[in-house]
Amino acid sequence: MNRLKQIEEKIFRIISGFAAYSLIAILIYIIAIIFIKGFNALSLDMITKTPQGGYYYGGEGGVLNAIVGSLYISIGATVIAVIIGAPAALYLNVHMIKLKRTQNTVRYLLDALWGIPSIVYGSFGFTLMLFLGMNASLLAGIITVALLVTPIMVRTFDEVLSTIPKGLHEASLALGSTRTETAYKVLFKQGFSGFITAILLSFGRGIGDAASVLFTAGYTDLIPVNLDEPAATLPLAIFFQLGSPIPEVRERAFASAAILTIIILIISLGARFLAKKYSKSNLK
Amino acid sequence: MHFRRRIVDKISGFWMVTTMVTILLMPVIIGVGLYIKAQPLFEHNSVWDLISSSDWSPSKGKFGFWPFIAGSLYVTIFSFLFAAPICLFAAIHLTQFSSKRLVQIMYPVIDVLAGLPSVIYGVWGILVIVPLVSNFLAPIFNTSSSGYSIFAGGIVLSVMCIPYMLNMLIEVFNTVPVGLKEAALSLGATQWESVKHVVIRKSYPGIISAFGLGIAKAFGETIAVMMVVGNSVMSSHNPFDAGYPLPALIANNYGEMMSIPMYDSALMFAALLLLVIILAINLVFRYFIHKTQKQ
Repeated sequence: MNRLKQIEEKIFRIISGFAAYSLIAILIYIIAIIFIKGFNALSLDMITKTPQGGYYYGGEGGVLNAIVGSLYISIGATVIAVIIGAPAALYLNVHMIKLKRTQNTVRYLLDALWGIPSIVYGSFGFTLMLFLGMNASLLAGIITVALLVTPIMVRTFDEVLSTIPKGLHEASLALGSTRTETAYKVLFKQGFSGFITAILLSFGRGIGDAASVLFTAGYTDLIPVNLDEPAATLPLAIFFQLGSPIPEVRERAFASAAILTIIILIISLGARFLAKKYSKSNLK
Repeated sequence: MHFRRRIVDKISGFWMVTTMVTILLMPVIIGVGLYIKAQPLFEHNSVWDLISSSDWSPSKGKFGFWPFIAGSLYVTIFSFLFAAPICLFAAIHLTQFSSKRLVQIMYPVIDVLAGLPSVIYGVWGILVIVPLVSNFLAPIFNTSSSGYSIFAGGIVLSVMCIPYMLNMLIEVFNTVPVGLKEAALSLGATQWESVKHVVIRKSYPGIISAFGLGIAKAFGETIAVMMVVGNSVMSSHNPFDAGYPLPALIANNYGEMMSIPMYDSALMFAALLLLVIILAINLVFRYFIHKTQKQ
């Protein structure tokens, strides 16, 4: 009987250990495959040139248009998300601090909002675009991606703000500051690491999302100059090039995927590093 | 001076409330927007007909969504079957058995897995999973397959859902009081027995919720699935054949939707359907998770 128990223990420890380590293996496998395939076709031209004539038949050029377009869209969307999301997160933690129940309900709704898939945001962005009489453009893309990343922004920032001790908040109010001053001068500073994480997370999500910009941002070989011009995006560049029957173009899709992966890796690891760095100086 | 501070406080307070309310009303606004767009479709068909009919011929004005809903369900079930055991055991290992160091390594791993864009998973699927299915897995089951199949979609989707479900499971397991586990251990249970009989039983609602939310996530995933699933309406129940999930339908046809009458309404209805299904699943299971966290 006792032996049986020990065998069962052993087996399940091995299974669960295997499951945990397999995740590391899967991640390394995915990144290795993307890099090995991508670095073959990756050249300086890929990141410094826009598509030239005949690019989609294997001609000269690169995906600079898509890189710049993606950066524009995700920076624009992150800025909007900060303007809308940061005050909302602060409101949740300053004005509503006494209403525990309401706070929990709001967090619950925000979590549910986070789960809405990006294709739904994309479709809604498209309806909104038609309603406002716009064309597929940089601006429409920015608005749609902003809708997508705002809940992420609020919830991530809120996660850190909610851990700030109540005493700090009370001390600030006791010294005679208004609630706005408490929010922006005390809680914002104390929760700055969370703010950085929220920005990078929103930015990363914005740059990698394809389904939301598919309808709204359009696609072009030029670098957009105005808000009403269409903009190419990196995920869509990968998607479209991969659909091509010409091997050179497919190779470039893999190279574009490697570029996108590098950007995402820098953002994810940077977010961890910066969050650690800025939470060091916090009051304990 | 005092006056100015009060004005600033009023204005900023107003802006904070406005943003908060706007964000919370977003699902309603999105739902209404999509409903208005889908409205013309309801004039000729009832909602039930749209969902249950299998007749999809847009040029004749016939829109039956069942094949696409079935495709979505099929892919989602496969992805769940692959992802759920791995997530459960990995979460048990990380919260009960493993060393602190492994946990420290795992957090960035989960972060990066969750952060990788779906198009990257799609590329990986095309490079690895599709050939694997067509050259290796299909022959085992004595069928032939191009590789672009429900099965491949399920595998890619499961990898995408793992970090999402795992994160929630780890949180759920961490809310189980250590004292309970210690009580089991002191009564002579082995580590695994205490996990099996105490930790898992205690966090049962949480586990179900995490799985439910994982399913919702898989149901709405678009680009990665679309790249490997083949995008043609299922003709059989063979998982090695191509399928056509709902999100892929929307994403694939945006180009032609303005040229055929009612087509745009139909696609917006598909988006509305996704929104309603996923929001409902999220609201139900998030409720359980919030309840367990409060305890």
